[in-house]
Amino acid sequence: MPAFTTLTGTMVPLPIENIDTDQIIPARFLKTTDKTGLGNNLFADWRYDDDGNPRPDFPLNQPQYQGAQILLAGDNFGCGSSREHAPWALIGYGLRAIISTRFADIFRNNALKNGLLPVTVDQATLQQLFSLSTEDPATAITIDLASQTVTLPDGRTLSFPIDGFARYCLLNGVDQLGYLMQQMPQIEAYERTHPDRVNTLQPQ
Amino acid sequence: MTSSPPRTLFDKVWDAHVVTPQQDDTPATLYIDLHLVHEVTSPQAFSQLRERGLRVRRPDHTLATMDHSTPTLPRNAKGIIPILDAMAAAQLEQLKQNCDEFGIPVYELGSENQGIVHVIGPEQGLTQPGMTIVCGDSHTSTHGAFGALAFGIGTSEVAHVLATQCLLQSRPKTFEIRVDGRLKPGVTAKDIILAVIARIGIDGGTGHVFEYTGEAIRSLNMEGRMTICNMSIEGGARAGMVAPDDTTFEYVAGRPYAPQGQAWDNAVRTWRQLPTDEGASYDRSITLNASTLEPMITYGTNPGMGIPISERIPDPASIGDLSQRQALEKALNYMALKPGQPLLGQKVDVVFIGSCTNSRISDLRAAAQVLRGRRVADGIRMLVVPGSQRVKRQAEAEGLDKIFREAGAEWREAGCSMCIAMNGDQLQPGQYAISTSNRNFEGRQGKGGRTFLASPLTAAAAAVTGRITDAREMF
Repeated sequence: MPAFTTLTGTMVPLPIENIDTDQIIPARFLKTTDKTGLGNNLFADWRYDDDGNPRPDFPLNQPQYQGAQILLAGDNFGCGSSREHAPWALIGYGLRAIISTRFADIFRNNALKNGLLPVTVDQATLQQLFSLSTEDPATAITIDLASQTVTLPDGRTLSFPIDGFARYCLLNGVDQLGYLMQQMPQIEAYERTHPDRVNTLQPQ
Repeated sequence: MTSSPPRTLFDKVWDAHVVTPQQDDTPATLYIDLHLVHEVTSPQAFSQLRERGLRVRRPDHTLATMDHSTPTLPRNAKGIIPILDAMAAAQLEQLKQNCDEFGIPVYELGSENQGIVHVIGPEQGLTQPGMTIVCGDSHTSTHGAFGALAFGIGTSEVAHVLATQCLLQSRPKTFEIRVDGRLKPGVTAKDIILAVIARIGIDGGTGHVFEYTGEAIRSLNMEGRMTICNMSIEGGARAGMVAPDDTTFEYVAGRPYAPQGQAWDNAVRTWRQLPTDEGASYDRSITLNASTLEPMITYGTNPGMGIPISERIPDPASIGDLSQRQALEKALNYMALKPGQPLLGQKVDVVFIGSCTNSRISDLRAAAQVLRGRRVADGIRMLVVPGSQRVKRQAEAEGLDKIFREAGAEWREAGCSMCIAMNGDQLQPGQYAISTSNRNFEGRQGKGGRTFLASPLTAAAAAVTGRITDAREMF
């Protein structure tokens, strides 16, 4: 997994509540057996018209927001399905962090395992960031994971919470599967002391 | 007498599966008893195993089925279900190859046990009380109806479980949803869960595991309990649980993977220890009264936008919070519905009976009860999609398929079908569907499609009249 330490960049605002994973990447794009190529279809049904042309009123299509690496989104981002295609699509587009007031549990887990940082802020801060990015799209902010802070252009600093283990893994690019594999002795010990509850290879 | 503090059902199942305990800076390692796999969220996980030279640690705890991208078209003359979409065909073939290579049993398209992953686990008796169950699908919460801890995971975590049979997890909080009293006739499990989500909101359960308690839950059969647990994720909770009882044990007994003989007696003795201890506490609790519930229906673009069927759509002007008002305006705009409009009498184009929420035999019986001796209204398309091949055979043995066909509905093969619309079954832009599925997000049932979520009774009543109708008027 790529490490995440600091990020200085511009923001693209999507001031919509409850953006679900079907909007992030519609199910018809989930027939792939790969992780790549999903960025082109990020927010497909909001981003393109029926003929496949970019809708000029959608922020991701607007020239002033090209190159933004930070997505600002309304409350409860990523609700809905467990599809990891959602963070794959966001990363494929070029985003590295998402700022919202709340993230759905499964989406948050999936994002963290792909080096995409969910940053939780309060409603007032989010509204302020929406204003900043709308008034001057060139506004850059700095997210520093080690200190868990977001620094605004005027020098003000806000702190954000993050699970300690997720922070450690992101800062160091730790792959969680490798971490789990190191626990094989404990896993084997657990299996020795607990009877199997199911055997899918042998019906009773 | 034990001196240990009283524990909830969730606490007991969690505690029994901890391989290494949670510390300040590291999550717990949790052992997974059953891993269910399907074609959409697994290919990249198998690729990861291959890249690292890893094997599947416990293929005997793993089962795959084909459901999401599978067509539900009727079989051809050779008895084969035709796959028209080349990408879907490749994805299904990939699952078959992966399962063969890693030694995992797989229920292939059209085979006798194939079906929606959350229908087949319970019907095979694989889903049992006290287990931990995961799948790369958010509706894995369904299996919590048996007193299992069951939740959806992403593809990275699918790889973790394939390789280690474990997951890194931080302990969630608990949330009791107590439903007292008795449901009135014509009000169902689906109406309970839509009422719960309308009350707490779609993020009300974030960070929590629900436990559904109370007389109304105890009175439900297992399929009703599955419908409720299934939609826990629509209230933001990764898992929802119901304490196992005699209803649970009667359902599990005799199924292919259920323990037998002495092993069964031992299992039931253990399972009886699972219900929440008296005096155990939850982090949050709410109470609903079942006797005041009416059939529920959604009007908007998330499952929390639901009302009793006879009520009118809320007016955004009455909402103080700006972003919530805008969200409602956006939803009504998408749905092409007006503030204050009644839903009764609203025209629909398509009726969908199916999905991991409502595709089991009791759901099909409920829909058939409304359709018996009646016709699907002119111009209405009705799809009835059984949740599994086993449900399909049972329905056919009971003559339900005949009722549906004679009414003018399409009787399909098993699969996720129009719930996810990635398999050829989908709405056309602008169409209205009344659907027994779980999500009414924009475009969920097809780009530009508009979804009303409701129970099988309500959906079947709309098929007959072509309009949203209170099914209780048709009994």
